[in-house]
Amino acid sequence: MSEPTSSKSSKSTSIDINNLCLTFETQTEPVHALSDINLQINSGDFVSLIGPSGCGKTTLLRVIADLEKPTSGTITVEGKSPHEARLDRSYGYVFQTPALLPWRNIESNIHLPLEMSGYSKHEQKKLSQQYLSLVSLIGFEKKYPWQLSGGMQQRVSIARALSFNPDMLLMDEPFGALDEITRDRLNEELLHLWEKTQKTVVFVTHSIPEAVFLSSKIVVMSARPGKIINVIETNFSKDRTFDIRETPEFLEVSQLVREGLKEGHNDGS
Amino acid sequence: MEANRILNIIMSGSVGPVVILVSIIIMVWYAGAVYLNSSFLIDRYEKNNIDWSLSELATDSWSMERPVLPSPHQVAKELKKTIWDKKITSKHSLVFHSGVTLSSAMLGFAMGTFLGILLSVGIVYVPALDRTLMPWIIASQTIPILAIAPMIVVVLGSMGIVGLFPKATISTYLCFFPVVVGMVKGLRSPNIILVDLMHSYSASKAQVFWKLRIPASIPFLFASLKIAIALSIVGAIVAELPAGAQGGLGARLLSGSYYGQTNLIWAALITASVISATLVSVIGRMERSINKRMGLQT
Ligand SMILES: Nc1ncnc2c1ncn2[C@@H]1O[C@H](COP(=O)(O)OP(=O)(O)OP(=O)(O)O)[C@@H](O)[C@H]1O
Ligand SMILES: [Mg+2]
Repeated sequence: MSEPTSSKSSKSTSIDINNLCLTFETQTEPVHALSDINLQINSGDFVSLIGPSGCGKTTLLRVIADLEKPTSGTITVEGKSPHEARLDRSYGYVFQTPALLPWRNIESNIHLPLEMSGYSKHEQKKLSQQYLSLVSLIGFEKKYPWQLSGGMQQRVSIARALSFNPDMLLMDEPFGALDEITRDRLNEELLHLWEKTQKTVVFVTHSIPEAVFLSSKIVVMSARPGKIINVIETNFSKDRTFDIRETPEFLEVSQLVREGLKEGHNDGS
Repeated sequence: MEANRILNIIMSGSVGPVVILVSIIIMVWYAGAVYLNSSFLIDRYEKNNIDWSLSELATDSWSMERPVLPSPHQVAKELKKTIWDKKITSKHSLVFHSGVTLSSAMLGFAMGTFLGILLSVGIVYVPALDRTLMPWIIASQTIPILAIAPMIVVVLGSMGIVGLFPKATISTYLCFFPVVVGMVKGLRSPNIILVDLMHSYSASKAQVFWKLRIPASIPFLFASLKIAIALSIVGAIVAELPAGAQGGLGARLLSGSYYGQTNLIWAALITASVISATLVSVIGRMERSINKRMGLQT
């Protein structure tokens, strides 16, 4: 097997999913949340999952994160089982809700993963400052979660996921609760960060422009049972700005995604 | 206008309503004393062919030596006599007896809290304990404490364990229950998403416990402690009731009822409830200061 600190060639496979199914056993009837998922994600990819509500995006992300066990099929993460990858703290997870500890102030919420990875107090402070400034929350260090708006809380949780510099970022609609302007700014910041650090990102979104702007690969899903309809690769330059949203290629890709989504909807009903 | 304003001032603070409520209670108390003591007095009047009026009946019923219900000022006099006038070391000092009760209650409370937390951790972390222990814990509380208190004291006494400890175990017996129930709920209270968050950091069991479950359980713990500390006083008093107890408010209650000294009984009862109320408010204060340090709302 691969050693944890092997040099990452930009095209090695980061996440490999084959024939993966996941069925939730509920009291009434089984829910087929994921059905026959095949997906290869290269390290350094920025992958967006897009699809109607309830199609299994969160579930797929949770399987990658080893927070959910597949019913059948195989999955490897960084060449390891998801379980081993989790134990190695390979990823930072941004949940659909902020998931901050209410009794810790903002700064010490960000310190949580750093404490567990054994960073010194000094480094914790430095990193929390660095990532709080990335999400424009300097000055809120000593505030408690309930004193912040929902969007601000979500930005804290993004800073927290970034703070310990994991190889992978798993983000579940991280910008869903934000206003357009903040969302655009954080999109650019995230793109920047991705470009700089070459992290593998799996990103769930409901916004077509967001998916197209950020991703190198867009995975379109449909519901009941949750499956992959289409995988669209994009080829925008790495240092793109929002200007590309006006270009014909951008609109073309957007159109492709929209058609995939429509197809999924028709299938479902 | 003026009267309205004064009323507003009185009712706006926390002192005003309390003063008014206390005055009402005292008034009802005086009326109750007349009512409960009257039959004995009227009997006596009639036996001795004494003419009586309502005001005479009232004054007499408020100054009987062994009333059914002593009046507030009689109890106040008894309290002053046994708290201020007697030396603390005296066997007749309520301060002395309160000290005896309080020390066994506090020991029992500490042991009960410790036991309760220990059991709750066991129940939350060991599924087998969850299924087997909880029914016993609930059953333990359905046994009337009055029935088992003397047994425990006697059994422990025959094993050579005397003094504070046997009495404290009765308090422990009552205290641990609310702590177990509250802490089990508290330790299980963290949102599933927070547990997932900890897993995503590959947190150890100990880390999940100390960084997530324990802080989340603090509000539940304090709610339980408020009940437990009041129960600890009840337990200590009950433990003092079996014959032979040398001191404590329970022993005072017992000797009061032996000799029909209702003043004494009421003085001890009031002392006990003042102690309980004070302890509960001390816990409340601790809770507020810890909440503040944890940045929690309210
Ligand atoms: N723990 C669970 N038990 C039973 N069913 C579940 C569970 N979690 C999710 N599901 C079901 O699985 C399906 C997929 O859920 P999932 O949360 O992955 O959807 P999603 O694509 O993230 O939706 P959204 O865009 O609304 O967040 C849904 O039908 C949901 O009801
Ligand atoms: Mg979701």
